[in-house]
Amino acid sequence: MVPLSYYLVLSGILFACGVTGFLIKRNIIAIFMSIELMLNGVNLSFVAFAAHWHVLAGQIFVFFVMVVAAAEAAVGLAIIIAIYRTRETLNIDQVNLLKL
Amino acid sequence: MTQNPYLWLIPTLPLAGAAINGFLGRRSSKRAVTTVALTFPGLSFVLALKIALGFSSAAAPYVFNLAHWIRSGSLGLPNFFTADFAFYLDQLSLVMLLVVTGVGFLIHIYSVGYMSDDPSYYRFFTYLNLFMFFMLTLILANNYLMMFVGWEGVGLASYLLIGFWFTKDSAASAGKKAFIVNRIGDFGFLIGLFLIIQHFGSLNFTDVFAKVEPLAAETSGAGLLTAIGILLMVGACGKSAQIPLYVWLPDAMEGPTPVSALIHAATMVTAGVYMVARSHVIFERAPIALTVVAVIGTLTALFAATIGITQTDIKKVLAYSTVSQLGYMFLACGAGAFSAGIFHLMTHAFFKGLLFLGAGSVIHAVGGEQDMRKMGGLKTYIPVTFSTMLIATLAISGIPPLAGFWSKDEILWKAYQASWVYWLIGAITALITSFYMFRLLFMTFWGDYKGIQVDDHGHAHSAHGDHGHGEPHESPMFMLVPLIILAVLSAVGGFVGIHHGFEHFLEPVFGSEFPKTITEASGNTEWVLMGISVLFAFAGLILAYVLYVSKPYLPEKIAASLNGFYDVVLNKYYVDEIYAKIFVKPLVDGSTKILWQGVDRKVIDDNVNSAADGARHVSDEVRHMQSGNVRSYAGWIASGAAAVIAYMIWWGMR
Repeated sequence: MVPLSYYLVLSGILFACGVTGFLIKRNIIAIFMSIELMLNGVNLSFVAFAAHWHVLAGQIFVFFVMVVAAAEAAVGLAIIIAIYRTRETLNIDQVNLLKL
Repeated sequence: MTQNPYLWLIPTLPLAGAAINGFLGRRSSKRAVTTVALTFPGLSFVLALKIALGFSSAAAPYVFNLAHWIRSGSLGLPNFFTADFAFYLDQLSLVMLLVVTGVGFLIHIYSVGYMSDDPSYYRFFTYLNLFMFFMLTLILANNYLMMFVGWEGVGLASYLLIGFWFTKDSAASAGKKAFIVNRIGDFGFLIGLFLIIQHFGSLNFTDVFAKVEPLAAETSGAGLLTAIGILLMVGACGKSAQIPLYVWLPDAMEGPTPVSALIHAATMVTAGVYMVARSHVIFERAPIALTVVAVIGTLTALFAATIGITQTDIKKVLAYSTVSQLGYMFLACGAGAFSAGIFHLMTHAFFKGLLFLGAGSVIHAVGGEQDMRKMGGLKTYIPVTFSTMLIATLAISGIPPLAGFWSKDEILWKAYQASWVYWLIGAITALITSFYMFRLLFMTFWGDYKGIQVDDHGHAHSAHGDHGHGEPHESPMFMLVPLIILAVLSAVGGFVGIHHGFEHFLEPVFGSEFPKTITEASGNTEWVLMGISVLFAFAGLILAYVLYVSKPYLPEKIAASLNGFYDVVLNKYYVDEIYAKIFVKPLVDGSTKILWQGVDRKVIDDNVNSAADGARHVSDEVRHMQSGNVRSYAGWIASGAAAVIAYMIWWGMR
């Protein structure tokens, strides 16, 4: 049996990777992926706690997070495509104005 | 005690008139404004007459409670306090009511003629009706608080009407002066009322007096009642223009003449006398306060009369005369003869109202000129005005059998019973009164007309701008009829005092408990004193005739021989200048240097400005955080979250 702390450390590393990627990446799609990474890092700690304490709530919460993440992906990618069509770039530093 | 459900209508009707004219008058025709302005006070007068005709002393007082106003505390406990919109009419208020509605209505009629060319015709009548409302509230109130509402309200109306021609600087500042000086008096009045609430728990006349009545007279030293009495007198000094607060009344002559007649002679300024008479129960138990009243009254009577001798502005003479006559009324009250004071109040309303209206008619006749030195010889030009003013002058001088004789004689007689000093000063004042009134009459109506014949009046009487003034001309009927009615009243108004008839009528109010030592033996003294005062009145007449008709060069010589004293009197004893030095200048300087430049600029402004500067500097620094760069925001969020997590971990490991 793998101890709980292993899962949590891995979850923390995943989340930290996500945060770092979110902060340093310039490409919007890369930022998007970093967000997903953060979500999944959190998901991992959820299921780890759920298994450890034998409480189903954590697992069910993960399903919710996944559903939201899927919806987010759908909407977010649509927005990214729209941005690319108007600005012809995906560099986040060049998308700092709400209107052109 | 009888219920009379019509009482509340008497004050409210003029208020309705004021509201209608005030809101709609600007767009209405002059005819409509006149109708409204005359109808409502007229109705009040009719109602007052109706009540007076059905008045029976057995049924008095008539009361009516219109609505609750203030209720605090709980019933039965000592902290219970009420003041209602309630009306109270006894013999005393009935006299006042008839005087105010009657003289007030006559002056309304007069104003229709006098103000007919004024562009703010409707505004004038709005204020005038408003004044009637407040004055009637003051008179008919059943508690001190409502009386105070009326008291302040007439002050407001007075302010508005003194400053009626507000584009003229002197009128505007005269209005302010009246208001501020009255405020000083009201301060005393208010503290008096607070004392009454504190110790008697009520402001209702009947409740307060019922609680005061069992108290012993404060003969040995000043106590609560003395304090209340003197504070009330401070209020009366302001409203009724007594020393030391009389200074506003002469300046109030900047207002239109009917206003001077109604507010600053016949009615409002007598409110103080009414208030003191109404509070007679308190004063009778406070001999020191009564002495204060009498001394103030006596001094004011003499002091103002002497100023009256030197004035050349026809209205100023009458103004000082009013101050002086009010002094008489206070002298009467101070001598414990409240009914004599009220009697003089009534006759004074007739003849002084008439004198002012007559003066207005004269001013109207000569095209706005108020300086008597530029008048003269008017008796042939304006015979009706002349004859009515002659009657009024005879009346105020105390020449029998006109109204003023009866009331003034009554006061002097009662004053004599209190102290011969009061009588002596009062009698000398009567002589001076007679002198300056006939001086006014002779300067105005005798001799040759000295005015300018051409149509030239740069005087602020815009009311008369349209007239062509070739020669002095008689006033229109609207102005003459009130003059004639008032002349009749001034002639016969004193007869109600024969055989102490007036005093007996007021006895249910003032009672006979106060020592009135009228015995047969003193009857002779009364006749002697009466003879002396009549003699004095004629002496004044003759002196004035000699100085201003037969030997008109004499006054200047006398003035010159008096070395400077004449100048002092001419300049009203420099009281205004002294007040300006002692009170006004320190206040203005203190306000400018300490309050404005010190507190307002240095403390308040500087604090506010530095707070604003600080906020701007801080914002300037913090502004750089908001770059518009999404990733830097994310960085802030991440480091914030990290800080929170770090804190929580530290908290958990502690």
